[in-house]
Amino acid sequence: MSKDVLVEIKNLKVHFPTGDSGLFGRSKQVVKAVDGLDFTIRKGETLGIVGESGCGKSTTGRAMLRLIEPTEGEVLFEGRDIMNLRKGDLRGLRREMQFIFQDPYASLDPRKNVASIIGEAFKAHEKMSAKERNERVQELLGLVGLRPEHVKRYPHEFSGGQRQRIGIARALALKPKFVVCDEPVSALDVSIQAQVVNLMKELQQKLELTYLFISHDLRVVKHISNRVGVMYLGAMVEIADKQDLYAAPRHPYTRALLSAIPSPNPEIRRERILLQGDVPSPVNPPSGCRFRTRCPEATERCAIEIPALKDVGDGHMVACHYR
Amino acid sequence: MEQVLEVKGLKTYFYTEDGVAKSVDGVDFTLSKGKTLGIVGESGCGKSVTSLSVMRLVSEPAGKIVDGEILFNGDNLLAKTEKEMRDIRGNRISMIFQEPMTSLNPVFTVGNQINEVLKLHQGMTTKEATLKSIEMLKLVGIPLPEKRVHEYPHQLSGGMRQRVMIAMALACNPALLIADEPTTALDVTIQAQILELMKDLKERLGTAIMLVTHDLGVVAEVADEVMVMYAGRVVEHGAVREIFAKPMHPYTQGLLKSIPDISEEVEFLETIEGLVPNIYEMPAGCSFAPRCKHAMDACRERQPALTYDGGHKVRCFLYGDASEGEVG
Repeated sequence: MSKDVLVEIKNLKVHFPTGDSGLFGRSKQVVKAVDGLDFTIRKGETLGIVGESGCGKSTTGRAMLRLIEPTEGEVLFEGRDIMNLRKGDLRGLRREMQFIFQDPYASLDPRKNVASIIGEAFKAHEKMSAKERNERVQELLGLVGLRPEHVKRYPHEFSGGQRQRIGIARALALKPKFVVCDEPVSALDVSIQAQVVNLMKELQQKLELTYLFISHDLRVVKHISNRVGVMYLGAMVEIADKQDLYAAPRHPYTRALLSAIPSPNPEIRRERILLQGDVPSPVNPPSGCRFRTRCPEATERCAIEIPALKDVGDGHMVACHYR
Repeated sequence: MEQVLEVKGLKTYFYTEDGVAKSVDGVDFTLSKGKTLGIVGESGCGKSVTSLSVMRLVSEPAGKIVDGEILFNGDNLLAKTEKEMRDIRGNRISMIFQEPMTSLNPVFTVGNQINEVLKLHQGMTTKEATLKSIEMLKLVGIPLPEKRVHEYPHQLSGGMRQRVMIAMALACNPALLIADEPTTALDVTIQAQILELMKDLKERLGTAIMLVTHDLGVVAEVADEVMVMYAGRVVEHGAVREIFAKPMHPYTQGLLKSIPDISEEVEFLETIEGLVPNIYEMPAGCSFAPRCKHAMDACRERQPALTYDGGHKVRCFLYGDASEGEVG
């Protein structure tokens, strides 16, 4: 493994059994939310993951921190496989790997004030006097652009953007190396979204953080990421340097996805590739290439053979037989 | 051009324990046949309340339309009785909502729900209505409409449900369609399908559309005119090309700049500092002044009027005489 790799994912699978278990508990069906992912995240970079609802992007982020137990595969953090860690060791590791959630309304305990929301991490992980703890909380509030007097307030007293700042402060409390951000700005208005995105970029530079940035918003992902991966129905279909991916997408799905972004400039009319139909069910994904049922270029081969994710030059990886 | 809707001086207030929320505070606009007006703004700017006011669906007694006129084909809707409004809603004016799952009834089939509108407003029999429902489902691009008409909402995907909502809204061939965030809950490839459908239907049926959204990209795609709202007031209004090419109000400029541009690379996004003011404690003067880079003394004292400035209207002292405008 090369030195600058922080996280490496190998053949990650997350399967959920569904409630439909047949009349006598036979024929148990499985939702293949994530079905065999391989990728790496380098130190100090932001890897963006995009895809539509149900593609498995959030499940991937959660499985990497073992907030959901993966069914199969390896997650190597600085070379250590975290899948084999016991609960106690995992707890120690969570200092270094943190999570920022989408919904700033649901992810903060309404009965706790800011001091205890952010300070909780110190209680759990570090021996610290109340005074020290208070100082650290103040410091973190300053870092995310909130004021010292906010420390005594409760979540309902804040706006959505401010709550997300609290969520960020909580995630950064223990000085993690790696942060999974799951749709961190999707619930915010555009003007507030820009403030929070800028804050996250600043903090990354200041604290040398590595981000996995999960979002359905292709514009925000392009802005914040260094590399971007595109998921479809539990699999990675393309992953590349962001300039490369947005300027010259190779996979037919990526092309359609990028062409569907509504442009805020009415003068620019890109040619739009309209996909037919909907995403198939992950219980019973199509054979071969998962995208073939909606792909304008699909052939017989696509129904038989699963395309591997392969390098087509300069680390641009595509899973398509015809690229 | 045939004018379908004219809104004059609309004020919709909510009387709550915390005080009076002036959600819509003097809004004027007109909409012609076959045109789409995009109403944009962030949470709480009054865009949805404006559309609910046109439908007369503001929840009373807390909410009240306190002033103004809403002329639909020249007829003042505010003078109508509730019974008269029921004949108009779903018939001459219809509405599609953001969340297609919660706006369809889960215990009735799709056909049943479209039939209801047709039976009520057009006096059709069940048989006639079912045939018409199938035709409508075909119109909005649902495959196998003869089969889908007998299915329940949970059997359809999000995009399909939104198509059903559109089919239902258009069943009686309304003169005005109000679409409140119609694609916000949908994925981007499905959103593209629905937007294409709306553009196509507008051309074929000549329906006037009021499109309420927070997404400037969506507006740029489908609207002819854009109205930008901030804190209950219109701050800028004009042709879509005008506004996107030459935004005049500092708020509109800020909004456009906060969206990351995929064809450009910048280190940090431009932002609008601060927050939307508390609706119960609106600042004196221009409500955007506390966040505005260009704010002058006059902005903090007087409310600028919506003035006409070459091609489009803007409510800002940068374009006009700061000694005019109302105090307060």
